[in-house]
Amino acid sequence: MAVTDAPRIITSRFGHDDAHTIERYEATHGYEGLRAALQKRPDEVLEEVKTASLLGRGGAGFPAGVKWGFCPPGVWPRYLVVNGDESEPGTYKDRLLMERDPHQLIEGVLIACYAIGCAQAFLYVRGEMAVAQERIAAALNEAYAKGYVGKGILGTDFSVDIVLHWGAGAYIVGEETALIESLEGNRGMPRLKPPFFPAAKGLYLQPTVVNNVETLANLPWILREGGAAFAALGAENSKGTRMFAVSGHVRNPGVYEVEFGVTTFRDLLYAPVYGGGIRDGNALKAFIPGGASAPWFYEEHLDLPLEKAAVDKAGSMLGSGAIVVMDETTDMVRAALRVVRFFARESCGKCTPCREGTSWLEKILERILDGHGRTSDLDLLLDVCDNISPGIAWPPKQTTICPLGPSAVSPIASAVTRFRDEFEARLGGGPVPVT
Amino acid sequence: MARLTPENEQLAREIIGRYPRPKSALIPLLHLAQEQDGYVAEDAMEHLAELVDVTPAEVLGTCSFYEMFKREPVGRYVVNVCTNIACQIMGGEELLAHAEDTLGVKAGGTTPDGMFTLEDVECIAACTEAPCLQVNYRYEHRISHEGFDALVD
Ligand SMILES: NC(=O)C1=CN([C@@H]2O[C@H](COP(=O)(O)OP(=O)(O)OC[C@H]3O[C@@H](n4cnc5c(N)ncnc54)[C@H](O)[C@@H]3O)[C@@H](O)[C@H]2O)C=CC1
Ligand SMILES: Cc1cc2nc3c(=O)[nH]c(=O)nc-3n(C[C@H](O)[C@H](O)[C@H](O)COP(=O)(O)O)c2cc1C
Ligand code: SF4
Ligand code: FES
Repeated sequence: MAVTDAPRIITSRFGHDDAHTIERYEATHGYEGLRAALQKRPDEVLEEVKTASLLGRGGAGFPAGVKWGFCPPGVWPRYLVVNGDESEPGTYKDRLLMERDPHQLIEGVLIACYAIGCAQAFLYVRGEMAVAQERIAAALNEAYAKGYVGKGILGTDFSVDIVLHWGAGAYIVGEETALIESLEGNRGMPRLKPPFFPAAKGLYLQPTVVNNVETLANLPWILREGGAAFAALGAENSKGTRMFAVSGHVRNPGVYEVEFGVTTFRDLLYAPVYGGGIRDGNALKAFIPGGASAPWFYEEHLDLPLEKAAVDKAGSMLGSGAIVVMDETTDMVRAALRVVRFFARESCGKCTPCREGTSWLEKILERILDGHGRTSDLDLLLDVCDNISPGIAWPPKQTTICPLGPSAVSPIASAVTRFRDEFEARLGGGPVPVT
Repeated sequence: MARLTPENEQLAREIIGRYPRPKSALIPLLHLAQEQDGYVAEDAMEHLAELVDVTPAEVLGTCSFYEMFKREPVGRYVVNVCTNIACQIMGGEELLAHAEDTLGVKAGGTTPDGMFTLEDVECIAACTEAPCLQVNYRYEHRISHEGFDALVD
């Protein structure tokens, strides 16, 4: 079963060129979810989202309803912060949702604010996304003018102010506590968590819910159609649909919304309506299943369903829905170096194992690629990895404040284990077997 | 060189008013300063420090953390070529090399006429459209070498 007949929940308006305007949005069930929510009590809305079992779409897959429930009772004000910093290599979905259907996100924000009890929300959009910022700003103006946002929303006593905020280029700011630091006007360096998750102490040390763009974009549908209808889609532990970006060496690279938990990697890479198979009839060499931080998968993993628990168990993660496909022509040393260089560049420098370790990994890989590698270098690479993430296990044991450091270990551990011969050939200075 | 103009100072105060605490406005304000002068000038940082009531060193601390803030003038067009993994395997590094040859500057450099600044950047969330680049943060998808030449013409 390559393609299921699940409805499109979050990309339903992508066929319309004017989906970002309020006219089109209102003509296509826009703000009906908000109206439905306002007919209920906030705790009933929270219950609806719990019934839906909506998992966070930012990568870690934490249930949204459960997280909202962690805000300590009686502590005000509370804030909602939207994580629109999308920058994990391979990830391409939140930008589409912000550019093409900004009202859907705004409606999701309003529903979440109502359920949690927030009077102010911050929409943190990645600095480099100029069009997304413009579209959201325009949509917010329209929504304020029509009384969907602001004081006394739709004639009720519910009021919310939404502030568009934008970053200035730093991958680490996607990590939620770094995002909060950045929103306070500081350098975007993560805070230690636990003891406090943002839900307890976040922005200005007040209860703060940080949710991903795609997570919130699901809420209008859930409130309109019901949590049970949402939970009827997908598999036991992965409900609804998800957006996946399939990039690299497939015939049809693209972003696809598919039923969560039942579609397999093989479907997504090979079905004619999705990836369409490997380009030029080449063989598959490896694929990254969930963003640059995820350990790589191979041919033998193709039949795994796109389901959190199954992918976790197989030793990687679905992460941010970013699948990068590499065919037989790919040079694995170069690929590993590029991913590691990313983490080395983006380390915020707060923890020694990450700051030093990632740049050492980059240096060693560079000299291997330049033909100056030493025979001891492969073991040295793994030794540095072991220092950043003891045991090189999955999920990683963490010696650092955030998971960025250990993320740099995944591609190396994968590439060196699976394609050791390619690395060794480089050490000898001989030709590179790319098979 | 410059402090904010009176109009921009007015705008800055309006932006500050959106946040519960003034310092939260710092990143948008640094963008404003950069828009005004083409880069973030020392005097502008001092002015921002007064406006949000922190020290100039704190403003510099924040400013220097983020990639997009430039403390030196840059070209009229900032060309950001993505070479991260999805783009790399689709020819992103070759595209960057071609851009360096065409513009005659290395990544990180600005052409002598001040027209172009070329940068080698991390994933810009357009991976299925690889190889891709941005010109002043607007996207160009699936760029060929000829396409690049046409673009800079
Ligand atoms: N979308 C993107 O561009 C990127 C996504 N990621 C993803 O980020 C993930 C790691 O993110 P983290 O936030 O470090 O994961 P995490 O597992 O620490 O947290 C996930 C969410 O659940 C909340 N949470 C967890 N336990 C909680 C508790 N006991 N009480 C209250 N709240 C709790 C956290 O506050 C957070 O919002 C990775 O799995 C990776 O896939 C990483 C890089 C970029
Ligand atoms: C280094 C790093 C970068 C991250 N970048 C993002 C990001 O760009 N967007 C995002 O939504 N979550 C990102 N996350 C995950 C957030 O910390 C957080 O888990 C997420 O925003 C929570 O939203 P959700 O529960 O709706 O998924 C990142 C995590 C880490 C460790
Ligand atoms: S692990 Fe790296 S990125 Fe994360 S806090 Fe430590 S130094 Fe910063
Ligand atoms: S890797 Fe180039 S845009 Fe994502």
